[in-house]
Amino acid sequence: MRGLCILLLLILSNAARAQQAGEEVVLGLSQNRVSISADFDGSEILIFGAIKRETPIPRQPLEVLVTIAGPSEPLVVRRKDRRFGIWINTAANQIDSAPSYYAVATSGPFNEVLRHTEDLRHKVSIPRAIRSVGAPAEIGDSRAFTRALIRIREKNKLFQMLEGAVTVEQQTLFRTSISLPANLTEGPYRTRVFLTRDGHVISQFETEIDVYKVGLERFLYNLSRSQPLVYGLLSLAIAIAAGWGASAVFRMLRQG
Amino acid sequence: MMIYLPIAEVSVNLFLLLGLGGLVGVLSGMFGVGGGFLITPLLFFVGIPPAVAVATSANQIVASSFSAMLSHLSRKTVDLKMGMVLLVGGLVGSAFGVMLFNHLKSLGHVELLVRLCYVVFLGVIGGLMLFESYRAIRRARRAGGSPVYKRKQRNWIHVLPIKMKFRTSGLYISAIPPLLVGVSVGLLAAIMGVGGGFIMVPAMIYILGMPTKVVIGTSLFQIIFVTAFTTLLHATTNYTVDMALAVLLLVGGVIGAQLGTQIGLRMKAEQLRILLAALVLVVCAKLGLDLLLKPAELYSVSTLDRL
Repeated sequence: MRGLCILLLLILSNAARAQQAGEEVVLGLSQNRVSISADFDGSEILIFGAIKRETPIPRQPLEVLVTIAGPSEPLVVRRKDRRFGIWINTAANQIDSAPSYYAVATSGPFNEVLRHTEDLRHKVSIPRAIRSVGAPAEIGDSRAFTRALIRIREKNKLFQMLEGAVTVEQQTLFRTSISLPANLTEGPYRTRVFLTRDGHVISQFETEIDVYKVGLERFLYNLSRSQPLVYGLLSLAIAIAAGWGASAVFRMLRQG
Repeated sequence: MMIYLPIAEVSVNLFLLLGLGGLVGVLSGMFGVGGGFLITPLLFFVGIPPAVAVATSANQIVASSFSAMLSHLSRKTVDLKMGMVLLVGGLVGSAFGVMLFNHLKSLGHVELLVRLCYVVFLGVIGGLMLFESYRAIRRARRAGGSPVYKRKQRNWIHVLPIKMKFRTSGLYISAIPPLLVGVSVGLLAAIMGVGGGFIMVPAMIYILGMPTKVVIGTSLFQIIFVTAFTTLLHATTNYTVDMALAVLLLVGGVIGAQLGTQIGLRMKAEQLRILLAALVLVVCAKLGLDLLLKPAELYSVSTLDRL
């Protein structure tokens, strides 16, 4: 009976929260397309928006989280160990799925802005964005491999935790800028915005930023995948032409 | 200025790549080597993934060898028949090499294999060259004359079956040793991204007993076809040939090669050899230290599908 009461209370409080959640995100992006051209050297994306609401502003402060996630793919993380005096890969662990790029920007300290249970549900923080179901039995600590993945990608600016990078003004306007490094992979970049109060997600919005190679980069990449033989022959032809052409030119220069 | 390489999927400084191509070009012009054994490790150092570095430098070698072979052809210093036999072996070796490369890549050992091959071969070749040129300089000081190598007339090679006549080289030997030399050079070309001239030239002189004047042209002939084949294999199975990278290296390389030839003409052969040997040993030591010292990051990440 007592348990039922608590359950009822919980449902009621949830319903109340849903009601007060009459707040919606209106989002703007500085660009919804990132073109990787030959001189691509990273990009900065400005994400801004406003909160649309019909009701008066609740007293609890509004917090905003923005995430950008590149296309996910399975990975292998390997660990080196000393064998016969040299360092070679000995242990490997498969990560079922990890985004090629992942950035989280928040308006405050992550743990205060988002509760742990909400993080589990929406998979917001970097470790939650990585899916690693099981490790082979011979590897005791599969989490060490996940931590290593995060460490390596954070060093390459591929994973970013930007606490306090979102500025919220008068609980209505917010903006942040997230940098994309030069070594990006192609694909749709899933962009999410969460509004939270007291660590609970009250509203969420989702859109995509397209990251694609353009021009020559696009052409070469496509050719190498769809017509590998033609691509190989073309690279050889260029090589031979360059080698032959250069010696011809220099011979002419020397004679002339 | 940074440039994004479409296949390697990294952004590298344009002038760094041009300079690298130029540097290797200067060296290959000075010393008459293909430069593959230098360009691949240098590409590792600037952060190109090893698989892309190996495949692209194979493409690079085709370019640098082609013009040299043309001039040898016009001087008739290419033993085409011997070249064909070496080539058959080379293609077989190259195919095996790419298979081995792909298999080890799936196990995560490819970087180790490539680096080990480099350390061993660069160490041995560099050491031998240093020793040889040191001896040559001492002998030159004592006697004042250049050393004369005697060609062996008969050895174990002459008892093997399937004998063939190689008219340009003036040889009547079994086809098996050239085939084996070809296979091992093909293997190296696929795994290390090198032409293999630095292995093949001594093998042709000391094992096959070919006259020195046809050795370089014939090895270039074989190298062009084997590296071209290797490039195609890497391009079709691994998709790791980066055309943009290759073109940049080429531009630097062809200019550097002409410069290097001029420098090379003004220096003494022994000095050149000692310099080259020292260079080879430095690259070898750097690669060796990377294997021996504890790496700063014990973990490495690789994707599953394009391994």
